[in-house]
Amino acid sequence: MSTTMTSSGSSAAGGFRAPVTDQEWSKIGKWGGLCVLALVLVSLIGMPVGLDRRILIHPVLSLGYLSLLWIPLVMGSVVSRHIELEGVESPEPGGRELLAGALTGLIGGAGMAVFILALDNFNLRDPLVNWSPQLLELLTYGRGIGFGALAWILACVLLGLVGSAIHVVPAGLRRVVSHSFFGLLTFAVLEGAISDLSEGFGLEFLTDSIYAKRGGLTVVWSIVLAVLIGGVSMLTKGRLKAAKADYGALQGPERKRASRILFVSVALMTIILPLFLGTIMNELLANVGLFLLLALGLNIVVGLAGILDLGYVAFFAVGGYTTAVLTSPDSPFFAPELHFAVTLVIVVVFAGIVGLVIGAPVIRMRGDYLAIVTLGFGEIIRLLFMSDWLKPYFGGAQGITNVPGVDLGFVVIKGTDPRSVFYLVLVFCALAIYISWRLQASRLGRAWMAIREDEKVAEAMGINTVNAKLLAFVVGAVLASFSGAVMVAKVGSVFPNSFMILVSIIILVVVIVGGMGNIAGVLVGSFVLIGILGGPRQPGLLHEFQSFKLLIYGALLVYMMLQRPEGLVPSARRSQELHQEEFLQDVWLKGEEHEQEEHEAELHAAEAGGSEPDEGSGS
Amino acid sequence: MSGDGEQTVDRTSSEERVALLEFREVNTHYGAVHILKDVNLAIYPGELVCLLGGNASGKTTTLKTLLGMVAPTSGEVVLKGEVVNDKPISYRVENGVTMVPENRRLFKRLTVKENLILGAYLRSDKDGIEADLQYVFELFPRVEERLSQKAGTLSGGEQQMVAIGRALMSQPTVLLMDEPSMGLAPALVQQNFDLIQQINEEGMAVFMVEQNANMALSIADRGWVLQTGMVVLDDTAESLLANPEMRAAYLGEA
Ligand SMILES: Nc1ncnc2c1ncn2[C@@H]1O[C@H](COP(=O)(O)OP(=O)(O)O)[C@@H](O)[C@H]1O
Ligand SMILES: [Mg+2]
Repeated sequence: MSTTMTSSGSSAAGGFRAPVTDQEWSKIGKWGGLCVLALVLVSLIGMPVGLDRRILIHPVLSLGYLSLLWIPLVMGSVVSRHIELEGVESPEPGGRELLAGALTGLIGGAGMAVFILALDNFNLRDPLVNWSPQLLELLTYGRGIGFGALAWILACVLLGLVGSAIHVVPAGLRRVVSHSFFGLLTFAVLEGAISDLSEGFGLEFLTDSIYAKRGGLTVVWSIVLAVLIGGVSMLTKGRLKAAKADYGALQGPERKRASRILFVSVALMTIILPLFLGTIMNELLANVGLFLLLALGLNIVVGLAGILDLGYVAFFAVGGYTTAVLTSPDSPFFAPELHFAVTLVIVVVFAGIVGLVIGAPVIRMRGDYLAIVTLGFGEIIRLLFMSDWLKPYFGGAQGITNVPGVDLGFVVIKGTDPRSVFYLVLVFCALAIYISWRLQASRLGRAWMAIREDEKVAEAMGINTVNAKLLAFVVGAVLASFSGAVMVAKVGSVFPNSFMILVSIIILVVVIVGGMGNIAGVLVGSFVLIGILGGPRQPGLLHEFQSFKLLIYGALLVYMMLQRPEGLVPSARRSQELHQEEFLQDVWLKGEEHEQEEHEAELHAAEAGGSEPDEGSGS
Repeated sequence: MSGDGEQTVDRTSSEERVALLEFREVNTHYGAVHILKDVNLAIYPGELVCLLGGNASGKTTTLKTLLGMVAPTSGEVVLKGEVVNDKPISYRVENGVTMVPENRRLFKRLTVKENLILGAYLRSDKDGIEADLQYVFELFPRVEERLSQKAGTLSGGEQQMVAIGRALMSQPTVLLMDEPSMGLAPALVQQNFDLIQQINEEGMAVFMVEQNANMALSIADRGWVLQTGMVVLDDTAESLLANPEMRAAYLGEA
């Protein structure tokens, strides 16, 4: 625990470590307190009870319990983490770290025990709806207050200990254990997808034994899988990294060939796998694709051009409504019943125009104003579609129904066959990825990045910043409208309430969590967030999270902004630059002092020099 | 060559030559605030001139008006004989005017190479751009070593090189420099002025805004002193250095 720069740093150098310092106590107190707070908060918002249905390991661990148990684990880890400081030697982690972790856990557990007592003795159900007998039942494992309180204290101490042990055990062991743990968690979370896939391959017997009837891994298989994953992790130790480094070191044509092989295999996988997936999984993939399309578009606007557009959903709505009006026979005012392909052309033109119309006035504004105004526009568009005024044209709150699927001659793509929808979405996503990729490396892409970095200087370079930003807006709008068009064809109807602000926010979170300005990051972000947590209305793999989704999205956003502004999958450059910035700030602060002194010295010299000429002779 | 450096520009012949860039009775406002007041300036080919003046006297505004980032409210901005008041920045950049902004202002999170390429944003001659890149590397070997590094991670001196390099990439005939020595370590200031002189000796006209009057005048041919938006002195560098009024004006006491 050498976050103290002074005392423990110097004592470590002498090979002697003082007993727990006041500062360390206060740190333990702080994180222990946070641990209690988080545990009680999560309990009171109803997560443990709400998520108890989803069993991860049958019958010992449900998602409900996991929603609590991770807290002391993480707190124990955080409290004993070393902050690497330039020039300060960190002492070897050891017993003190373990003690800190255990104590943090103890505080958390004690808090939980008190909470359980309170649950039993008071009834605060009125303001706190989740203050329920079910919660008490769950927290005490149905075995009485005494058992529950003791169990929580013990469990929290243990988890705190494990959390802090992460920093103490050798790196190899840490790797293997964490791989087993996260691997197991992945197997549990992906249960639906894995069972579905194995069914497609005719391997039901395998998943039938791995997963219990009521859901969740069986205990035996959990152990087997953990050992297996650990073993694989041990065997492949360093190989993956080496392979990656090899790939990175490849040059010229060889690199090209390797990239091509990689690309073709990934492409084949995405094309073939859905054939073996069932309806639910294909539906999920189609949704991920629709949001990926949106996120790729927003990534150009926010990630490349640096325009914080919070009303992005407007273009999604324009794509959706245009498609519905032009293809549905039930369109109330104008129903040409065009084919989807023809419609698409009109959708692109229309989205482009709306992009220009909304973009032109807002594009000259600076960051925060632009964000607020676009937020307003996003809402206005939805309210317009909702309004009685436009009801004769767009059907108001009832929307437009009976939108036909996409007739390709040999097959009709529509929502009842999510696999076909997935393939349609895939085509659009591939197109969007290609466009993003080419734009990024183009002259226009460079102009966008220059504007993102420093608009005034970009202007001084001769870049027409207004046009460039408008173009970003239009490209983003077109990609979003594709997504809207496909979504409406898939669902078969369109309602104003599919286009809430929430859609904008969730896409923004996907882009930020994935890593702004980074195509691979946006891909991963869409799969992880939309695939697992789900979209604004679309369920993900963990559909039990439905009522907590927004909370988690919000928490993720805050966490990412604080801790990993470069996103989950930082492009090497972003991560380097963001962390270098921190480092540079330090250097700069140190350097600044010197410069300040020098500057002052110069000023004095100038004043001394300036007072020489006689003022009277000037006039 | 060193002998030529001492010589001041032949005024009589420069009067007949077409000025690269010129202000005729220019007034500039920010909203209702009158910044530049009837300013007259002219920069001729191959000259190194400097604009001196205290804080907030309107030096940066002068440069911005020259480049077109700010439109004058009256008067004419003339580029090689043509009135360009209504022309966008891009037109002026294409016709040889480029600015090195105050504090260098590189695109910090882009690489050095991307910064340089952005300097050539308006050009489409690939070979020419490549050749100019090589020219910049010749001028600043350090820059070539840092090509794939983030511009924000460079030292102050290196940033200055990239900033000048970025400006050179647009093939300017006149380089506008806003306080090039500001924020540089004292040891680098002299080096920086040497560099400007070197670029000028290669034939480029330089219009430099400075607070560091002594050093700027020591390399310049001519200079102006700006005070609350008015040109109060306009003379050769030598006379300005000798002028006792000059220091008072520069300090804003007169
Ligand atoms: N964008 C702007 N809007 C309003 N006033 C400005 C703006 N830029 C500069 N000014 C004002 O114009 C005056 C001259 O500024 P500037 O040309 O930057 O001075 P200098 O470069 O000589 O220090 C200052 O009083 C400054 O506050
Ligand atoms: Mg200035």
